[in-house]
Amino acid sequence: MALTKISQLAGTGVYVPGDDVDTDRIIPARFMKCVTFDGLGEYAFYDERFEEDGRPKAHPIDHPKYAGATILLAGRNFGCGSSREHAPQALYRHGFRAVLAESFAEIFFGNAITLGMPCLVMDGRDIRALAALIDEAPQTEINIDIPAGEVSMADVSFPAKLPDHAKEALVDGKWDAIADLLEGLDAVKATADKLPYMRVA
Amino acid sequence: MGKTLFDKVWEAHTVRELPNGMTQLLIGTHLIHEVTSPQAFGMLRDLKLPVLYPQRTFATVDHIVPTDEREEPFSDSLADAMIKELRKNCADAGIRFFDIASGKQGIVHIVGPEQGITQPGTTIACGDSHTSTHGAFGAIAFGIGTSQVRDVLATQTMALRKPKVRRIEVHGRLAPGVYAKDVILHIIRRLGVNGGLGYAYEYAGSTFDNFTQEERMTVCNMSIEGGARVGYVNPDQTTFDYLRGRPYAPAQGDYEAAVARWKSFASDPDAPYDDLVKYDASDIAPTVTWGINPGQAIFIGENIPAPGELQEKDRSTAEEAYAHMKLRPGRPIKGTKIDVAFLGSCTNGRLSDLQEVAKYLQGKKIKSGVKAIVVPGSQGVAALAESMGLAEIFREAGFEWRGAGCSMCLAMNPDKLIGDQLCASSSNRNFKGRQGSPTGRTILMSPLMVAAAAVTGEISDAREIFGLS
Repeated sequence: MALTKISQLAGTGVYVPGDDVDTDRIIPARFMKCVTFDGLGEYAFYDERFEEDGRPKAHPIDHPKYAGATILLAGRNFGCGSSREHAPQALYRHGFRAVLAESFAEIFFGNAITLGMPCLVMDGRDIRALAALIDEAPQTEINIDIPAGEVSMADVSFPAKLPDHAKEALVDGKWDAIADLLEGLDAVKATADKLPYMRVA
Repeated sequence: MGKTLFDKVWEAHTVRELPNGMTQLLIGTHLIHEVTSPQAFGMLRDLKLPVLYPQRTFATVDHIVPTDEREEPFSDSLADAMIKELRKNCADAGIRFFDIASGKQGIVHIVGPEQGITQPGTTIACGDSHTSTHGAFGAIAFGIGTSQVRDVLATQTMALRKPKVRRIEVHGRLAPGVYAKDVILHIIRRLGVNGGLGYAYEYAGSTFDNFTQEERMTVCNMSIEGGARVGYVNPDQTTFDYLRGRPYAPAQGDYEAAVARWKSFASDPDAPYDDLVKYDASDIAPTVTWGINPGQAIFIGENIPAPGELQEKDRSTAEEAYAHMKLRPGRPIKGTKIDVAFLGSCTNGRLSDLQEVAKYLQGKKIKSGVKAIVVPGSQGVAALAESMGLAEIFREAGFEWRGAGCSMCLAMNPDKLIGDQLCASSSNRNFKGRQGSPTGRTILMSPLMVAAAAVTGEISDAREIFGLS
């Protein structure tokens, strides 16, 4: 299974401030009544973007100024709570290709990498500085250099970290683990055979 | 040097190291439900891959099931499509499905232990973050996304990085009216909602030693709310006694050998930990949340913290919480009017939760105007509670007695808050909109505190309402 090698990303950004943004907020549970992920994009951050009667709340990702943004900036502990892959799926299908945040919840991070959507950790001050640059020049491209661990916009650059395993997975085009896992099936069976409970059904 | 249970289980289930340094870990037991599995089966079909060990996957339906009108087709056509999809996927793959007609249906994290599927020294995965519940048996249990559900179906493994282990000791006895729920809310309050990032939590100490299996489940269940994907308690006689005789537990002749094996997984006394924290059970009082995440919690007698009392980093989320909850900083939480009382969920929907509440609720009535529902965690719990007369006590008090499911914990079924209703809830998440209304408000607490709020119509100290001291 050949996957795209993800080393460099470029696109415009949008900042959605706030810490501990949970996956219920990223995709409210009522939109998970589905048997495919198709169509989740329009419901990303739905209740943050719309009043209950459907009037828009002027959320940053709907602001014309940030139209077309593919890089999402966020705060601390982004994606906490539910393990729903619907959350990164909704962001990806909305058009996001990378998330930059102060920190990520673990399950969200893994789910996002498996989709080939890099999640890079930046210092909080750098996030806010980058957000200020975006605010001034929203249509200026941001460049993400994954091997170098760097995010830059115009002539300013910031360190942006990814754990080595995720960096390698993206750069080598192995961000979806299924191919690697399938290669180990003989070893899987050998391991399973040593565990008595695996024989009981 | 000794080893932790986590190390031992990890080693026994390690298949190999992957080229990128992650571990290919065998997942012995896979639990699935209707919300996070259909796309995974779709991916398998796209890849033309079979389910590798169908006999090690167990399914039930919980998130979308109505708790009142349970006949099919469900009035919600999307929910109806989801149960049918799961039923078909299980039939096609040869996966056991605890369907509604089986009498064994329920919340996946209640069904697994109840059926004896959850066992010490095993690895468990489920597309649900509260899978950490199963750690109460000394299993290593991971909440996973849908692509990983696919991975486990196709290979019975996942790619994982080994976390660090933090031992959390709680010593002493809890005072009357203080429960396992208060212990975990207290831990999350102290360590923060992201304090467990990168850690597995090992819960230990005399408080845990004295806990029942169900109390241990309540604590392990909410590990993820503290940022830890995995939480566990070392297995002991309490665990072995709980499992004996359950349908999928080892049969009589094999049981002693299984117990010996299970014991061998417990952490060694000299096992090293990456971190250690200790709490005193006597310092813990009934705890309630005031905000929009489970770490925003206080004792029932405390006031809602003012911004000045919070660390700088917690202030912006606090401001968001005051606005959403319509609560004023510096004021008591006690006395806050409630509209709804919800008793249930994978955190607190077990028989012992209902027994404890019924003991005190008997002869009392809920406040007029409060909508109160009890949703047993499984059909098994419901049947026992009904045969023991508990259901009748709840009905007499004015609670609606419902069928088993996740219900108003996340409101994927018809049970939802309306508008900005405030709910006293025994569930696990007080996120904005969690209970089905974007402006709905949730206050998390123990089951007995939910009952106290239902009786008085306001957030109350159950110890005062029910005369505990």
